[in-house]
Amino acid sequence: MDAIFHYGFLQRAFLAGIFVAIACALLGVFLILRRDAMIGHGLAHVTFAGVALGLFLNVMPLVVALFIAVGASLVIMQLKVKAGLHGDTAIAIFSSVGFALGILLVTLSHGFNVDLFSYLFGEILAIETSEVLFSVVLAFAVVFLVVLNYHKFMYMTFDRESAKASGVKVDRLDTLLTVLTAITIVLGMKVVGILLVSALVVIPAAAGLQVASSFKQAIVLSTGISVSSVVLGLLLAFILDLPASGSIVLLSFLAFGFLFLFRRTRG
Amino acid sequence: MGSAAAEKKILIDIQGVSYDYGHGDVLKDVSFPINSGDFLAIIGPNGSGKTTLLKIILGLLKPRRGEIRIMGKRVEDFKDWKKIGYVPQKATHIDSLFPVSVEEVVSMGILSSRRIPRYSRETESRIFKALQQVGMEEYINRRIGNLSAGQQQRVFIARALANRPKILILDEPTTGVDAHTQGHFYDMLHRLSGEEGITIVLVTHEVGIINRHVTQVACLNQTLVYHGNHDEFCRSEEFKRMLADGHHLVSHHH
Repeated sequence: MDAIFHYGFLQRAFLAGIFVAIACALLGVFLILRRDAMIGHGLAHVTFAGVALGLFLNVMPLVVALFIAVGASLVIMQLKVKAGLHGDTAIAIFSSVGFALGILLVTLSHGFNVDLFSYLFGEILAIETSEVLFSVVLAFAVVFLVVLNYHKFMYMTFDRESAKASGVKVDRLDTLLTVLTAITIVLGMKVVGILLVSALVVIPAAAGLQVASSFKQAIVLSTGISVSSVVLGLLLAFILDLPASGSIVLLSFLAFGFLFLFRRTRG
Repeated sequence: MGSAAAEKKILIDIQGVSYDYGHGDVLKDVSFPINSGDFLAIIGPNGSGKTTLLKIILGLLKPRRGEIRIMGKRVEDFKDWKKIGYVPQKATHIDSLFPVSVEEVVSMGILSSRRIPRYSRETESRIFKALQQVGMEEYINRRIGNLSAGQQQRVFIARALANRPKILILDEPTTGVDAHTQGHFYDMLHRLSGEEGITIVLVTHEVGIINRHVTQVACLNQTLVYHGNHDEFCRSEEFKRMLADGHHLVSHHH
């Protein structure tokens, strides 16, 4: 077992994976309670267009994806607030258009290749040192900003009108939360891939919310489930030669299933 | 308006406020002051513009005409929202499955107004004291969704009190609360008003709420129909007409 930790690639995977897992779980709790769980899914598809554009232009796909995802998240939010479109409609449109654009760009450039597959399905065990640094710094920034605004986010998620009446700048914080979500989706893509990243945001948080009786409990449980899924999933992937992304998501689903049944049987 | 009230400090000044949602006036040229120490009930039938006025006072809506001054400052420039404790209409926009404890609900009021929120011992004692003021301290670790409507209402009052406000504004505070609990509720507000010197503003459609604790009444029906002290209101034509219209019998289920 000790030998596992001597592999540099595994250490890098753990480091990036754990940081990203924390960011995903934290945001997931807020997004679910705001009934915005699908935004992660939509942004992941938009991220695909970003990656494809990066591959097409031959500039760092992760960075291009980051800009595209943040930009799209802001547009989705504006559409939701100002254009009279319901939240889900804007997300559904962006999600399909993002994917369509991605397919077009990929076909226009080199067609589907290994690089693209690693973004679609995630390949954290092959993460490079520069990407680890990128992920850890950004994930740390996300966690820091969520923690700093924790009470304001909690207040406006629970009781938006009262929060507004107490002087909480809810519109500004909406934007912050949306941008942080976009950043986290791009980071999560490196861990579990575009197709599964929304699961990393939603499932551990949904699991924690099954049994939490306070907000703090929800946050701690969700983060714990998220981090354990990533750590155990990586170990399973390494030992049994399974895909890491699938293992991580299925483990978090197991936690969800268990806590869901626990809540139901407890009444 | 009585002369005693005129000598008091004006906390909120409502000056010629009008509002419409695009299809007819909701509020027309409403002016009256809210003085320190008042226990004011803003009453009126459904659709009379009470909630709109409340939102304008809280800076959530901008009036079409007129302005609101809070402690001398225009509402747009007013920053010290901690001084205004707002207690929303119970349960109408609260998700009962939301995982949040009573302690966390009360802490929102204190910590969300700080730039760098820190849960100190002082925060803890302020939360406890606020819960004591409403008699809910033993429920501190309970999940808010597991409490009764009346208990939830008291927790929301504690949240407002935790910031040591000068004014407490309550929107339809006794909707869905039984008569017995209502009695205790008004005694508690009376105590807060008397002992803590907090100005109380109640917004309601139930004339039955006008009881011995209320000192001032503002009666709205798009325009300000009546504003004055409680005893005069009870002798006024408006009061008799409202009773005859059965406003006190209107019950609201959300």
